[in-house]
Amino acid sequence: MSAVIASALDAVLQHPGIWRRSASARPHVRALSTGNAELDAMLPGGGWPCGAVSEILFEYDGIGELSLLMPALADITQRGQRVVFVTPPYIPYAPALAAHGVDLRYVVQIDANPAEGAWSAEQCLRSGSCGAVLSWLPIADYTLLRRLQLAAESGDALAFVFRPAKAASKTSPAALRLQLHTDAEQTDIEILKCRGNLDRRRPVRLRCHT
Amino acid sequence: MLWVCLHFFDLPLRAVFEESERDGLCAVAEGPRQRQHIFMTNANAQNAGVRPGQPLAAARAICANVQARTRDIATEQRLLKSLAAWAYRFSSQVSIAEPDALLIEVGASLHLFGGWPKLEQRLRKSLARIDYKPSLAVAPIPAAARALAGHGDDYFIDKPDPMLNALGYVPISHSGLTDNSIALLYNVGLRTLRDVFALPRPELARRIGTKEIDLLDRMRGLKSDVLALYEPPSAFNNRIELDDRVEAWPPLLFPLRRLCGELSLFLTARDGGVQHYEIVLDHEDRTTTRVLIELLTPQRDAKALYELARSRLEHAQLSQPVCCIAVFAKDLPELRPRHKDLFEPRREQGLDWPSLIERLRSHLGDTSVRGLSGVADHRPERAWNFDDKSLASPNRVSHSIARLSPRPLWLLRQTIPLRSASTRIVAGPERIESGWWDGADMRRDYYVVQTGEGQRAWAFLASGSKDGWMLHGWFA
Repeated sequence: MSAVIASALDAVLQHPGIWRRSASARPHVRALSTGNAELDAMLPGGGWPCGAVSEILFEYDGIGELSLLMPALADITQRGQRVVFVTPPYIPYAPALAAHGVDLRYVVQIDANPAEGAWSAEQCLRSGSCGAVLSWLPIADYTLLRRLQLAAESGDALAFVFRPAKAASKTSPAALRLQLHTDAEQTDIEILKCRGNLDRRRPVRLRCHT
Repeated sequence: MLWVCLHFFDLPLRAVFEESERDGLCAVAEGPRQRQHIFMTNANAQNAGVRPGQPLAAARAICANVQARTRDIATEQRLLKSLAAWAYRFSSQVSIAEPDALLIEVGASLHLFGGWPKLEQRLRKSLARIDYKPSLAVAPIPAAARALAGHGDDYFIDKPDPMLNALGYVPISHSGLTDNSIALLYNVGLRTLRDVFALPRPELARRIGTKEIDLLDRMRGLKSDVLALYEPPSAFNNRIELDDRVEAWPPLLFPLRRLCGELSLFLTARDGGVQHYEIVLDHEDRTTTRVLIELLTPQRDAKALYELARSRLEHAQLSQPVCCIAVFAKDLPELRPRHKDLFEPRREQGLDWPSLIERLRSHLGDTSVRGLSGVADHRPERAWNFDDKSLASPNRVSHSIARLSPRPLWLLRQTIPLRSASTRIVAGPERIESGWWDGADMRRDYYVVQTGEGQRAWAFLASGSKDGWMLHGWFA
């Protein structure tokens, strides 16, 4: 009798959605390498989490917030998946993207007002036909981010949301939150939140020498 | 070759009477206005004593409530044309045999439809749906099919000999000869085509004329028939008049859905798709509002066409009440359905890329969704461009962009003065001097500059000057 129960329980525990703390130190997170080995080592899945929202918080333009994503975007476009820029603040400059190895044929830019921008980002994520969706949402709130998170899950796409640094204190449903700090010398990447990170001793701040 | 003839004997009645009116006492009259005579009646009028050939006044005397209307040949022709469009789905060879019949070549596709009984069932069912009950006849010769259909229903003859035999039984009054010849032959005592065929040819020709002889020859296949084949129109233009004056878009959706359904049927019959179409809204004061729908790839699915038209219509401003809605499509390219992988995993509520792009474009506007490409030009503003070709299919060869000195990921739409307290030059200068040939001459020294906040900027000085930093991009 007990053997039957044990085997049934085993079958349940085999389910990929179930993770047992005691079984392994690392939960299974599907991720795409960031292209930066040190940063990969700090993230539980070893990169940007797939099918989830990653938030990037920054104060000033031009501190390397976009080049952080470039290796991943190059990888996605070279696999023939689309990358969508939703309401970027400036023109994504084609020669620079190409120089980073991004295949421009798979890059799409969407211009819209903020409300339509959020709608477009959600549509793109939910469709399942985009590899990554980058959106600049100055007015994003918890509900909107939650919607994007669900859309990214159902479409299995990478969602990157760029927000101003002052949003760092607000709660967010994003799977990963990074904040960029900068001074005249260097840029630091701080991991504010990271789903699946159970190792408290893991460093949360990375110095990037510029 | 095997020809089906559909003989729509009540076409003149249909042309002038609405469906609801045809239950009454209906008659169609023709002839000069003062001395019109009855051309055709429906069964009710027939029972009341109205007969074809009667003078109109006599018919009115016999039956006072008979509704008589003048024959409308233009409408009959239009009806026949629309029936030909319907028939085009069964065969590419459809010919209009005026005044009231259609000829369809089915020999080539008989096997496809699974034999004549199945095809006949299909024809009749499809006709019943649009409320037509013609008589049908199949024969290897079009003129013979025509004569047989005029005589009776449900002939299927696929060999010449039985066809000649069957033709022999057709009374001359139904043979398609002119009234004068029929009267002449009838008075001589001839009743069926067999009698006519038996006559010596030169004598017959002298009496009824070579034109009639020609028809008799074509019936028997002694002479080949030249048919003008129906060609489907090259543009779609259907309209629906609205009963009420409509001031907002929601009531327009129902007629729009119907028009999109018709457009889709039209495209299916042509085996084509549509890339540009227009919704035309007519207002009472004779002005029109046009809503243009441009698609990236040809489409023909009724639902997709409707959804795309609908979201465009929602954004349209209706300045005046609308009294008529039309859908117009002229440019009808070939449709290549997309290949799908048999084993492609199907996602729930997923949307493939073309549908997603069309949805975004229809919601946000055509110019809001853009692709990007590099351009071989040294001037930074001109080294990139929007490129919408890659939106639909990214199969073109990607441009190789020469590796230059570092370029910023963000380019400002407009250069602005760089205002920062403590800046430090990281790299530069890079002289960009180009464009003297097209009038947009530029001479600039570009530098990579770091601001006090740690931002990396791409800024330039007009060549030769030491001051007046202009910001052109961010190394984001």
